[in-house]
Amino acid sequence: MMIYDALIAPFTEFEFMRRALAAVIALALGGAPIGVFLMLRRMSLVGDAMAHAILPGAAIGFLLSGLNLFAMTAGGLIAGFTVAILAGVVARTTELKEDASLATFYLASLALGVTIVSIKGTNIDLLHVLFGNILAMDDPTLLVIAFNATITLIVLAVIYRPLVIESVDPVFLRTVSRAGAPAHLAFLALVVVNLVNGFQALGTLLAVGLMILPAGIARFWSRDITGMICIAVTSAIVSGYAGLVLSFQTKVPSGPAIILVAAVLYMGSVLFGSVSGVIRQMFPGRHLEA
Amino acid sequence: MAAQLQFRDVTLGYDRHPAVHHLNGEVAPGALLAIVGPNGAGKSTLFRGIVGILKPLAGAILTGDLDVRDIAYLPQSADIDRSFPISVFDFVGTGLWRSTGFFGGMGDSRSREKIAQALAAVGLSGFENRSIGTLSGGQMQRLLFARVLLQDARLIVLDEPLNAIDAKTSDDLLALVRRWHTEKRTVLAALHDMDLVRANFPETLLLARGPVAWGKTADVLTAEHLLEARRMCEAFDDSAGACLVHDVPSRAA
Repeated sequence: MMIYDALIAPFTEFEFMRRALAAVIALALGGAPIGVFLMLRRMSLVGDAMAHAILPGAAIGFLLSGLNLFAMTAGGLIAGFTVAILAGVVARTTELKEDASLATFYLASLALGVTIVSIKGTNIDLLHVLFGNILAMDDPTLLVIAFNATITLIVLAVIYRPLVIESVDPVFLRTVSRAGAPAHLAFLALVVVNLVNGFQALGTLLAVGLMILPAGIARFWSRDITGMICIAVTSAIVSGYAGLVLSFQTKVPSGPAIILVAAVLYMGSVLFGSVSGVIRQMFPGRHLEA
Repeated sequence: MAAQLQFRDVTLGYDRHPAVHHLNGEVAPGALLAIVGPNGAGKSTLFRGIVGILKPLAGAILTGDLDVRDIAYLPQSADIDRSFPISVFDFVGTGLWRSTGFFGGMGDSRSREKIAQALAAVGLSGFENRSIGTLSGGQMQRLLFARVLLQDARLIVLDEPLNAIDAKTSDDLLALVRRWHTEKRTVLAALHDMDLVRANFPETLLLARGPVAWGKTADVLTAEHLLEARRMCEAFDDSAGACLVHDVPSRAA
């Protein structure tokens, strides 16, 4: 009975917990596969940079419309898309690498946002934008998150093959198809959509956590990209559920609780993972005959 | 017979510096052409121009009626991210892009059979589920040949396909090149082993940041031509002025 009270009851008794759980499952379904591709394309920190690029857009939305999630989402999307597309175009048409290109644009975006806020002269409390509040999900917000996750999975299915080929052998893709650049830009757009999705629940600073940490976990349990995506989604859902329970029982903020659970799973994977985990490498077992 | 490939006073390079300067000439359909020259001679640059991933600084490369899908390119292995978690089966299956496109699966029996045949042809049967990161250099090179096989292309461009390959693997892969030649496909290969070129390639282009000689292999690989190629200055000249030569007489065959 105690186990039921601790692990199940919060969700059967409180609607806000059920909404939070639904939100975290939607975030996991959309964000974790994107995180796997970010990691495999060595763009893990790009997600973090994009989160910074979104912040001023969200702040401008907040300035113009107050605490209106749609305005903040629109602002974040516009800022994120602008930075992602400009960075992608510059990286593909000049010799500047994508990381350097993105760094310049996100810093410019951040500076622009801060400038606009300072000109407006309002001292705004943006804590909820920074850290989110997954326990305050209303119906429209939940629907937006579910819609974004659905769009993410559909677009990812469409660009999956060129995205994989571009990751492993970009020169080959360029010789057989012109799909590489559109697929890459679509992927960057999905990164933005999922970051915006995440900041409503986890805040701009932690939104990338539910994308990258599950991907890192998956790397230690599978050598296959399909397996990685399945493990990443599962571990994101488990982190979300366990984080919500932890938050409910201990009163710690829900967003950080979810990411901390994911971090614990990640450390466990580093130690015990079947693919290049530390313990596995220390005790590999007897070598095979052939 | 109309040329499969035409180089019209083409100059390819980077940051305005020519890596291949003023190349003229034609490659006939079904030709088996070796491209030789020292490191930095412009062999890979020329190939990147042929397959369309590097735009010429001047001039043009004409590929006639060839579509992008009619050209198969075997790049140097360094261009491939071998840490990416993709199996041998899935990797070689990308060679079927021409028939499968964006959405076509590779799991149907016909595709599986084609992939199995291609892997068998390069001696990689049984490797289907291995990650490409676990393959040796020679095995990876054979895998790239298997992908070219699946591409079923009319023009095949091989960039240093036999580097760091043992003698047996080299013989096996050369047999594939000869097979493509007998199938009337046009094959261009960048190579460093002159004896191998003399034994297997009827036509040769000797490059040294520009054409030194182009024609029958025996006429091209002379001591005089090879010495001239060795004198090539590999480094770009940062103080060089703009090239005013618009129409250099072709040294090509």
